[in-house]
Amino acid sequence: MNENSAHLLERYAHVAGAEAVAQMRQLAERLRGARVVHVNSTAYGGGVAEILHSMVPLMQALGLEVSWEVIQGPPEFFEITKSFHHGLQGHRVSLTEKDFQLYEEVNRREAERLEDKLREADFVIIHDPQPAYLIKYVPRRRGYWIWRCHIDLSRPFYSVWRFLEKVVVRYHASIFSMPEFSQPLPHPQYVIPPSIDPFTEKNRDLSPEEVFETLKDLGLDPSRPLVVQISRFDPFKDPIGVIRAAELARKFVSFQLVLAGGGAADDPEGDRVYQEVIRAAKGQEDVYVFKLPPDAHRTINALQRAADIVIQKSLREGFGLTVTEAMWKGKPVIGGATGGIRMQVVNHHTGFLVHTPEGAALRIRYLLFYEEIRREMGHKAREFVRQNFLITRHVRDYLALMLSVCMGSPDRLELEATGTCAWPSAKPGEPPL
Amino acid sequence: MAEEKLNHPGPFVVKDCALVSVSTGEKAFTLAELAEKLKRIDRSCVYHHFWSRHLRPSFDHPEFHNDFAAWVHMELRDRVLAERLNLIAPQEYNDIEALRETLIFLIQERVFEDEHLGWRKAENPFYFVKSQLVIFDTGLRLRWPHEIADVLETFSPGTIFYHFIDARRRHPEGLDDFRDWIRKFPPDFKPLEELIAKVDPFFLSLYEIREFLIRHIRSFCAKMHAVRETYERK
Repeated sequence: MNENSAHLLERYAHVAGAEAVAQMRQLAERLRGARVVHVNSTAYGGGVAEILHSMVPLMQALGLEVSWEVIQGPPEFFEITKSFHHGLQGHRVSLTEKDFQLYEEVNRREAERLEDKLREADFVIIHDPQPAYLIKYVPRRRGYWIWRCHIDLSRPFYSVWRFLEKVVVRYHASIFSMPEFSQPLPHPQYVIPPSIDPFTEKNRDLSPEEVFETLKDLGLDPSRPLVVQISRFDPFKDPIGVIRAAELARKFVSFQLVLAGGGAADDPEGDRVYQEVIRAAKGQEDVYVFKLPPDAHRTINALQRAADIVIQKSLREGFGLTVTEAMWKGKPVIGGATGGIRMQVVNHHTGFLVHTPEGAALRIRYLLFYEEIRREMGHKAREFVRQNFLITRHVRDYLALMLSVCMGSPDRLELEATGTCAWPSAKPGEPPL
Repeated sequence: MAEEKLNHPGPFVVKDCALVSVSTGEKAFTLAELAEKLKRIDRSCVYHHFWSRHLRPSFDHPEFHNDFAAWVHMELRDRVLAERLNLIAPQEYNDIEALRETLIFLIQERVFEDEHLGWRKAENPFYFVKSQLVIFDTGLRLRWPHEIADVLETFSPGTIFYHFIDARRRHPEGLDDFRDWIRKFPPDFKPLEELIAKVDPFFLSLYEIREFLIRHIRSFCAKMHAVRETYERK
């Protein structure tokens, strides 16, 4: 192990605990040298890219040969995949045969571009629906192909899922963030919640001066209570509902509301929703809407740290990494009772789950009134994240999954009894299945 | 060597494990469905919903100690059955099949008491999930029981789970691995075994089990150290 890798692992041990790093090392030892390729559709913006920016170097530090590929496509492709995204989350969307053809054509071209790399990999992890059809166009695959779905797939719009299902069944395994999100498939469906990295610009510790400066730059008053929702401008994040909740709560308490979000290269719809939010906020006192560039990580970090309460009032949510981020910063979260938010926000312990703007308004009033409860919930929230939602746990789960997949997914896998594992490059010439 | 004179039972092999949850795609909206599906789901599902909560994201001191009781309480709002299911202590069952039978019996008994309950539909269904346990040797070996205290702080939750929780299912008498090992030593170590027996994994998180053992065993270990020296002098 080189010095940089050792240093990186040491840093994680300092925050997540030495035992968490020891676990990753033990598992990675059995996968040393395995070639892993992650594929997604954007290098910046959005939770998947953020996870990969942390996960890839960490897996490399553990001795795996890991690379990350981003598929390219014209703007129409991303319009279509955005509709896929909404459709898979249960929204009725209108897609034509031509749209499906364009989607497939981009996947075919990208498969051609990446073919050598994907064919030779021991493990190919395809993230979300955008690159899902690559598998169809990479013949003679050597490795295990795993589809990682970050979306709430519990009630998909059928025509979109039917199209996607045709290729998802070809994968050796799939990964969902929660059991609720899975669909009947002929292969093991692993349940792995996502995570955050405590050392990224978005989550690292900031000095009070840095936080203060950011608030001043944004025109916010550091001396007054602050309620923040950080998320993409997306109807499923219900920004209009948050403005309504603030309006209701403000009859009783005074505070500043910030709605801030970045865009992502694969999210062309953001502008339209942003304009809707601007219109809804017009004339409202103390409502601040910030459209941030994709790399405004420090600003987001500072806003979350400055907040008294963080809101994530989503109507549908894959997991809600902004909830994890806020909890890591010791903030109580008022979250929509949906998707992965229900796993993170332990009602009355790390925050509150709500179903309506009225519910959110009541909890804003409550938490702004009880300072001590706010602090106590924030403390519990941070520990909850440390134990369950840091990148170290996420990588550990991936390593365990990879070992499990290549050993035939037994209920109990005793590694010392099995010797070396059967990933393709460890057993040259032999197909995995 | 003292080891030979004492018929040393051999070192304690410290293992660790990582739990991978696998969705089965099966779900139940009603008690009738739950009972039906329980009859045929994989054994590892029953294991998962009783034991694996220790290794899943959850909160300290949950009111309910298995997923079935929690679901019946939260989704079906039947407190009677939730309380009955909550009292099931899985460590008392040597066999998963016996545990499965008890579960089904309690559910069906309740449906007989209130026939409408069998068809009450939950908004959020019960999702059957199974566990895959990836177990690995940490390379750490303990030669004497008192050494447990020295290394406990380095134990991951996975190690605690494997030796304290999972072990009870593996051992014919439902013992954890530490007690199983310690009882092979002379009776001087008996108090340590009794101390560890006080750990009730039903009510403690893995971190709390570790803290409990660190707190209580340390003072005892000074005494253990003296015992070992006595044997080594013999």
